Amino acid sequence: MEKRVFFEHRLTPYLLVAAQLAITLIFFIWPAAQAFYQSTITQDAFGLSTTFVGLANFERLFSDSLYLHSIEITLVFSALVAASSLSIALLLAAMADRVIRGSSVYKTLLIWPYALAPAISGVLWLLLFNPTIGIIAYALRQVGYSWNNFLSGTDAMILIVAAATWKQVSYNFLFFLAGLQFIPRSLIEAAAIDGASPFKRFWTIVFPLLSPTTFFLVVVNLVYAFFDTFGLVHTTTAGGPAHATEILVYKVYRDGFVGLDVGGSAAQSVVLMAIVVLLTAIQFRYVERKVVY
Amino acid sequence: MRKTFIGVLAATALLTAAGPAFARIDIPLWHAMGGNLGDKLNSMVKAFNDSQPEYNVIPIYKGSYSETVTAAIAAFRAKQQPAIVQVFEVGTATMMAAKGAVYPVFQLMKDTGEPFDPKAYLPAITGYYSDVHGNMLSLPFNSSTPVLYYNKDEFKRAGLDPEKAPATWTELEADAKKLQAAGVTCGFTTGWPSWVQVENFSAWHNLPIGTLSNGFGGLGTRLTINGPIQVRHIGRLADWQKTKIFDYGGRESASAPKFYSGECAMYMNSSGAYSAIKANAKGFQFGVGMLPYWPDVKGAPQNSIIGGATFWVLRGHSPDVYKGVAKFFTYMSSAPVQADWHQFSGYLPITMAAYELTRKQGYYDKNPGTDIAIKQINLHPPTENSKGLRFGYFVQIRDIIESDLEAIWSGKTPAKAGLDDAVMRSNELLIRFEHENEGKQ
Repeated sequence: MEKRVFFEHRLTPYLLVAAQLAITLIFFIWPAAQAFYQSTITQDAFGLSTTFVGLANFERLFSDSLYLHSIEITLVFSALVAASSLSIALLLAAMADRVIRGSSVYKTLLIWPYALAPAISGVLWLLLFNPTIGIIAYALRQVGYSWNNFLSGTDAMILIVAAATWKQVSYNFLFFLAGLQFIPRSLIEAAAIDGASPFKRFWTIVFPLLSPTTFFLVVVNLVYAFFDTFGLVHTTTAGGPAHATEILVYKVYRDGFVGLDVGGSAAQSVVLMAIVVLLTAIQFRYVERKVVY
Repeated sequence: MRKTFIGVLAATALLTAAGPAFARIDIPLWHAMGGNLGDKLNSMVKAFNDSQPEYNVIPIYKGSYSETVTAAIAAFRAKQQPAIVQVFEVGTATMMAAKGAVYPVFQLMKDTGEPFDPKAYLPAITGYYSDVHGNMLSLPFNSSTPVLYYNKDEFKRAGLDPEKAPATWTELEADAKKLQAAGVTCGFTTGWPSWVQVENFSAWHNLPIGTLSNGFGGLGTRLTINGPIQVRHIGRLADWQKTKIFDYGGRESASAPKFYSGECAMYMNSSGAYSAIKANAKGFQFGVGMLPYWPDVKGAPQNSIIGGATFWVLRGHSPDVYKGVAKFFTYMSSAPVQADWHQFSGYLPITMAAYELTRKQGYYDKNPGTDIAIKQINLHPPTENSKGLRFGYFVQIRDIIESDLEAIWSGKTPAKAGLDDAVMRSNELLIRFEHENEGKQ
């Protein structure tokens, strides 16, 4: 039987969604339209002279080796962050799932980093890794590694991956823990009675049953690494050294706000927008349908 | 209840106290002076506000130099611009090109009938901020030039003369090796890599940074920092990085802790870093010297060029506001105010009078090394190569140069290839700037 709601007046339903529509229009559609418009122009910094250039900004973008380099860096960065934060979180969640005494303290402590702003997390890690005064850099020097995130691109990348991962572990941990607690005990117990080792039980029963959570988290983590790490990069490496950590969101900022290249920066935003649309589409399409068990 | 009552009372008291201020004309000033420099600027502004009843300058800290410029530009686009904004020297070409947005200082002084003598200012500074006819477009406030700071205690320990800074790069290398032999980790480090090791290096050795008199001659200018002497110098730094005779510590002033902590015995950075070094160099004496030069380069040392920032006036306010701006500028350029700022911060005095006053007060005798910067920019009459530079998109260009320097010093790219790349990329921006501003000048 179909359930339908009838409104007495034709306009009532529109009135009810008006607030939602207004928010979408003002905060999403309007800025997006602005970005599209600005990506087709070149303009001086003060907005005093504007020239329509069609797709020239995009052409310039994709023939710029630095932009292609930035895409590459972003992919590496996102993959590293997603992989390491997911695996660490899964390990911690699997452990927390077995803790009986003091588990709430353990869980609370693990969730803390999530409450921090990315910029703060960046500053913390920067201090730890500062080549001159950082305690981790000092420890590394003791074992013979001359750490310098101002000079070595690899060091700088490790720094931002560590900071981004550390912050995201909490979030992943929460979801994994919830996912683990949903797995029926009886299945695991049955496997144990059949003689499966804890390791085998994890990989053949727990891990597959967690797959919807894992898939969801992969997408969320990619989005996080792509878009939410701006503050972190800004406070730690500022994209350097030699563009080694200049991820796409950071490049939009540098070109637009530091370099005052409105058109080029807007074109980059449009590209980023396309990536968000793609990721969202994947999430909607597959998260709920394809991952079944 | 009682608390609320007290709150209301307090608010009323505040309003009453602030009452007369409503009659005054507010002049918003956006600046980028953080920390102790910001406190100092605030107290200077307060002194101006207290000195007259009509105008009330409101200083607002907007973050780093580039954040301040960006904020002012965004505000201008939204028609909410401040009357005065502090812009760093590399933003000069951008501001100059924005003809409808800025109110040139010489024009402002003329329109408001404020007495103004451009000749009173140091030519080495004003040259950077004047148009082709010699008219001053913005008011210099904090100008500096890079100098060499060195750790006297480490010099003593290494058996070097603590009163003598190395004058040439050859001497500096020898000193650094002796210092390292005496247990210092690194010989020297640098702040603002492009400004110190490329832009000032070139001026100091009388080498062009770009064509058409470093950009002063027109929009058709192109970068030329890949000359043989610059390539050799940057290459030497890369060699030295391997043994830490030189140790790179990041852009802007990120390398400062290396000097403060004693890790590096020498440090090249702005003369404006003097007060920060004085505050942070705990436990050792430091000295100041001129930048080193390569003795085999003809014409070196020439003179160094400035950095720092100036006050630009933005259009869109009432004539009364501009009258106040003119009064404020006169106050800020007056000899006692400038001398005080110069002595506090290590920035250059912007007028000859402020320099003379400081000298008469005996400041240079009591603080040896504080006059090095002014001697250095006035060492010889500036040539086409040492007058300064004026390039569009220079904020980005500096970013390009510094990225390439990082690639060179980390050993990824040879010096020649790195600087060639910097020139190629920068010229793309200069060509774009030329197209965007053609016909406007």
